Amino acid sequence: METLNVYATRLLEKKEYFTPGHRACQGCAEALAVRLVAKALGNNVIVGSATGCMEIISSPLPFTNWKVPWIHVAFENAAAVLSGAEAGYRALVRKGKRPEKGTVFLAMGGDGATTDIGFQALSGALERGHNFLYVCYDNEAYMNTGIQRSSSTPFGASTTTSPAGKIHFGQRTWKKNMAEIVVAHNVPYVATACSSYPFDLMEKVQKAARTPGPAYVHILSVCPTGWRIAPNKAIWIGRLAVETGVFPLYEVVDGKYRITHQVGELKPVEDYLRPQGRFRHLTPDMIAHIQNRVSAEYAKLEAKTRL
Amino acid sequence: MGKRVGVEVSIAAADAVGMANVDVVAAYPITPQTHIVEHLSDLVANGKLDAEFIPVESEHSAMSVCCGSSALGARTFTCTSSQGLALMNEIVFIAASMRLPIVMILANRSLSGPLSIWNDHTDVMSVRDCGWIQVFTETGQEVFDHVMWAFRVAEDRQVSLPVIINMDGFILTHVIEPIEFWDPAMVKQYLPDFSPINVLNPDHPTTVGGFGMPGIYTEAKVAQNEALVKSKPHILKAWQELGAVTGRYYQPVETYKIDGAETVFLSMGSTGDTVAMAVDELRAQGKPVGLIKLRLWRPFPFEELRLAAKGAKRLIIIDRAVSYGGPGGPVASEIRSAFYGEKEMPVVTNFICGLAGRDVTPEDYIAIYSKSEKMAQGQVRQEDYVFYGVRE
Repeated sequence: METLNVYATRLLEKKEYFTPGHRACQGCAEALAVRLVAKALGNNVIVGSATGCMEIISSPLPFTNWKVPWIHVAFENAAAVLSGAEAGYRALVRKGKRPEKGTVFLAMGGDGATTDIGFQALSGALERGHNFLYVCYDNEAYMNTGIQRSSSTPFGASTTTSPAGKIHFGQRTWKKNMAEIVVAHNVPYVATACSSYPFDLMEKVQKAARTPGPAYVHILSVCPTGWRIAPNKAIWIGRLAVETGVFPLYEVVDGKYRITHQVGELKPVEDYLRPQGRFRHLTPDMIAHIQNRVSAEYAKLEAKTRL
Repeated sequence: MGKRVGVEVSIAAADAVGMANVDVVAAYPITPQTHIVEHLSDLVANGKLDAEFIPVESEHSAMSVCCGSSALGARTFTCTSSQGLALMNEIVFIAASMRLPIVMILANRSLSGPLSIWNDHTDVMSVRDCGWIQVFTETGQEVFDHVMWAFRVAEDRQVSLPVIINMDGFILTHVIEPIEFWDPAMVKQYLPDFSPINVLNPDHPTTVGGFGMPGIYTEAKVAQNEALVKSKPHILKAWQELGAVTGRYYQPVETYKIDGAETVFLSMGSTGDTVAMAVDELRAQGKPVGLIKLRLWRPFPFEELRLAAKGAKRLIIIDRAVSYGGPGGPVASEIRSAFYGEKEMPVVTNFICGLAGRDVTPEDYIAIYSKSEKMAQGQVRQEDYVFYGVRE
């Protein structure tokens, strides 16, 4: 018997820490990502949320969907709030006022809260080296306020403040590469993930939580409402984002890059863009333009994995 | 008894925070607050204070860090001035609504623009309605004592609200004064350990900072207001017990030569001393003049103020901030509200002076008195106010 390994694959515990009954839209892949992150971290965690969809849908007083301690203060300061909680914990443990239990500190926010308004607070917390995990749920626009563009909105996407019109074609800037910006802070762990790949996502979150010091996970979170797709297409679109190279899944451990989900030959970007209403106005020229950029960025990433 | 030493007030203030055994300090440097946070980081660097000193990247994050650490159950302190307070404004309001007992020293300084680093009260008046307990101090000793008092009041389970200690920039922060330090036994006797009811703890999960639909928002705000109003007896008790420990008894409203005074000055902060010199001079001239020093700004001490001003025919309100296009200075506005509809309403004259560190001497207050007497004869209207000492 000792020569036999019993391998039970992919068994997850059933317990939920982010519970059903929240008020997210049908097909929300961001709520799914939050559920997976919460499941991955278990109950020994303190969560700090930025203002946004996930905060609004899970905490309407006097209700809550959180079975773990959860705090929300404002839009742009989740990283600062959690760095305060982490510092307080460290001080109290050292002074013998609280037992050391290896509690994980998770700060989370959407792409607006992370790449725009909370950028400074996040940079400060990363630089100071707090032992915490920041998760960005990136649905590529301010969905909570009605689909306005952020610096994380991709080139060409039509939003309510970057509308496709007769002169303009939607978002005119390239998506800010937040994961790379975090890598530039020289933190020990950075990863990208997508809720269409739940096991990859959970493994990364657990790895990030185990890493001493700051860790960052950037999760592409498909938003059927904002991306103009049917609710039952969210997982499929997330997979296409990865399979076309638009959103590669990788991790950077102490500066070393590794693509965690190799897709072989990339599918054409058009396969990803066409099903989405936010890109429906794009001409073949523009799609080719985007394809060039995606191919070049993917090649750059692959080159980094060989360093 | 404590030891009396000559020391810069900022250093003493930081030492008081250290003696209070604070767990987390988060601060961003801004003149004239800097000496306080520098000395606190010194105390930490030299092992004299076991605390996390978080040198944040902005005041907005300073207050955010404070919210996180206070919610976790750590004794938390920050310190700022002027633009720093303006930048953290959003979170200052939220800290009170979350009932987080953070203590902040505000080294009062004028708000930009034009840019100025000097002292007045325009910064604190911008957060008048932020929901924090707010006190003013006149001397270095008062600052030291009020650090202990602030932690004691804020962390009182019946209160659980943040406290701002106002301390005039430069005039207090950068002067050397004789200050009686508390000895550790006094601190131990006066200030119990921080033991909040709810903290962020996986053993007892709580949701903090949920959002309020219209059906619950009003009730949340009423509860918050009630908490601030009802903090007063606890504030008074903490002052009473501070007196028992130190021999110094503080009041929400303090008076000077008030007996028989027909005209009464009202000032806040370090100006009180200068006004008192003017009162001495006017009394020597046989004029029935007195002084009220408003220590407690929030919750506003209506009863004590009315009692202190009983019998006064005229009040001269010294304001060190402007309410542009409004009814004069913010302090005068509050005082008029406190007396409106009372049987004996004093005539209120309002002088805005000492903006951005402009010196106001005892002679100036005597001149203000003369001007006020003339104005009062003409029965000033609610919205009448004077910018005193404007260069022509």
